[in-house]
Amino acid sequence: MSATSSLAPPDGGREVEPAAGKAPRSRGDRVFAGTARAAGIAILVALAGVFVFLTVEGLPGLSQTAATYTPNTSFLSYVAPLLFGTVLAAVLALLLAVPFAFGIALFISHYAPRRLAVPVAYVVDLLAAVPSVVFGLWGARSLAPYLVGAHDWLAAHLGWLPFFDGPASVTGRTVFTAGIVLAIMVLPIITAISREIFAQTPRLNEEAALALGATRWEMIRLTVFPYARSGMVSAVMLGLGRALGETMAVAMVLSASPVVTLNLISNTNPATIASNIASSFTEATPAKLHVLIATGLVLFAFTFAVNFAARWVVGRSARRMAR
Amino acid sequence: MSTTELAVQDVTTSLRLAQPRLPRWAPALVGVLAVAAAGLPALLLGWGLVPWLFLAAVLFLVVLPLWSLAVENARAAVDRLMTSLVWTTFGVAMIPLAWLIWTVVKNGASVISIEFLTFDMRNIVSDGGGIYHALLGTLLVTGAAALISVPVGLFAAIYLVEYGKGSRLAKWVTFLVDVMTGIPSIVAGLFALALFVLIFGPEIRLGFGGSVALSLLMIPIVVRSTEEMLRLVPDDLREASYALGVPKWRTITKVVLPTSLGGIITGVMLAVARVIGETAPLLVVAGKTDSVNMNLFNERMTTLPVYIYYQFTQPGVAPAGTGGDAPGIARAWGAALVLIAIVMVLNLIARLVGKIYAPRKG
Repeated sequence: MSATSSLAPPDGGREVEPAAGKAPRSRGDRVFAGTARAAGIAILVALAGVFVFLTVEGLPGLSQTAATYTPNTSFLSYVAPLLFGTVLAAVLALLLAVPFAFGIALFISHYAPRRLAVPVAYVVDLLAAVPSVVFGLWGARSLAPYLVGAHDWLAAHLGWLPFFDGPASVTGRTVFTAGIVLAIMVLPIITAISREIFAQTPRLNEEAALALGATRWEMIRLTVFPYARSGMVSAVMLGLGRALGETMAVAMVLSASPVVTLNLISNTNPATIASNIASSFTEATPAKLHVLIATGLVLFAFTFAVNFAARWVVGRSARRMAR
Repeated sequence: MSTTELAVQDVTTSLRLAQPRLPRWAPALVGVLAVAAAGLPALLLGWGLVPWLFLAAVLFLVVLPLWSLAVENARAAVDRLMTSLVWTTFGVAMIPLAWLIWTVVKNGASVISIEFLTFDMRNIVSDGGGIYHALLGTLLVTGAAALISVPVGLFAAIYLVEYGKGSRLAKWVTFLVDVMTGIPSIVAGLFALALFVLIFGPEIRLGFGGSVALSLLMIPIVVRSTEEMLRLVPDDLREASYALGVPKWRTITKVVLPTSLGGIITGVMLAVARVIGETAPLLVVAGKTDSVNMNLFNERMTTLPVYIYYQFTQPGVAPAGTGGDAPGIARAWGAALVLIAIVMVLNLIARLVGKIYAPRKG
């Protein structure tokens, strides 16, 4: 509270005893402060509510009759392939997106001529707002047919890798394509955040590095990256969060089946938790609905854990910077 | 040879200020050569445009640093390599983005007509029909979501910046808002569904459920952007107001909020633009119908993104003899164009507002 004490308001113009500690506040102030506080608490309640309601509706989904889990027999064997598919697609998306995102962010903050940087940043921001369902439509109707050739090429030339162990899909609607669509979707988010962080590097540090004879890349490596590290982690984390939970693009691009396979380019592709909910939701019985909500709870817990871990990393590196 | 002469000579050789550098036009030259060199196998083997440009880019990325290594030094070569890589990432990433917009405009523009915008899908079997019901649904659901999340988000941000500094509650709220930004949208939808199913039974689907789900996604965005804007307000302004004897809440409403108003409105509109395209939660809790439904609290309500999804998954059958795509696909592209247009317009207005209300400098 030491920071605020210098700003303590004078309580409606009445006399203030500086030594009196907490002076009584006016009624308007109390109401206003109470409302603000209530809004903060409402957020906590809402988040707790997500846990509570998902748990209440999802718990019955853990113990349904075996037929509900077709083609599997228990909840664990039902959700495991889905979780695998979720992680596979998200990791693939991040592997593709992160280098590009940091590249574009650096381009905007440090490389591009100013006349180009502003419109480029604007375009990237606009693209963060393109709805996921449009990405899904484009991915399934335009990108997938186009990538069929690439699938064939990968199967022919890199078939010795488990990821490209064909036979190549003839429609192109595979995890590979879905990963590319996801990568394009998370790219603007990672770019937007890391660009702001890069631009916040203290100008004096950069100029000091350049004055010591550093090339531009050395300047970036020595001043921008250390300063931006925690921000870069949180940017990637937000991208990962979006990739893990992204529903529509995956549901529309993939022709999914509950399998566990590293093969990215064949006709049998693992579904993700989210896309499975979306595609099997409409014909779900109440029993199945419980199961789907339970898988949603798993997804929520998983993304929560990822966020938590990333926050921890960010906090740790922030402490290291402060030292 | 005197010692001074020797020293001078030594200095001039070791401390030459002008190191050999590649000419300014070196990258352009290498670029042209790389495209030309890659063009040879491309023409001979009949490659398409993409492999050609790919090979050209690889050649460029190899040749320019090597040339730099030969003439300049290793550090300059690394610098040239990274500069080229950064420019390459930019170029590559722009391709799918431009491609997406172009595809949507090309496929959607021919579909949009007065009929498409003013008809619903009632009794439509193959051709015809429109997005009127979905458009209304989107506006209603998103509007209600904004009505819920703007006050909550605004006050929560005020609490974090003005009242809660350093308190344990504020720390928790900050942390959990971070967590909330990571909630997958479909989980928000399932939450709303679970909530209403628990109250009204398993068959319940209603537009307001979609609003609840969307506001769960929208609140953290509003809190984040508002918080940032409030923090930008200089403490001098607050202290000046306190010094005049203005109570804290009047200071907030009369000084802090007006100063940051432009930024707050921009943040809210960007949040709206972000959730207006959400599909998964609405698919789950608001459901789908073919007719107009103006009541948020009763029955299913189609929104534009859900409309696109269903037109894509259940496109119907093309009229015999015409060939081409099923009618649903065309409608999906048209609706996608409308949705993108709405999002873009919201974004543009948000930026304009941000520009107009930006605090004057100096």
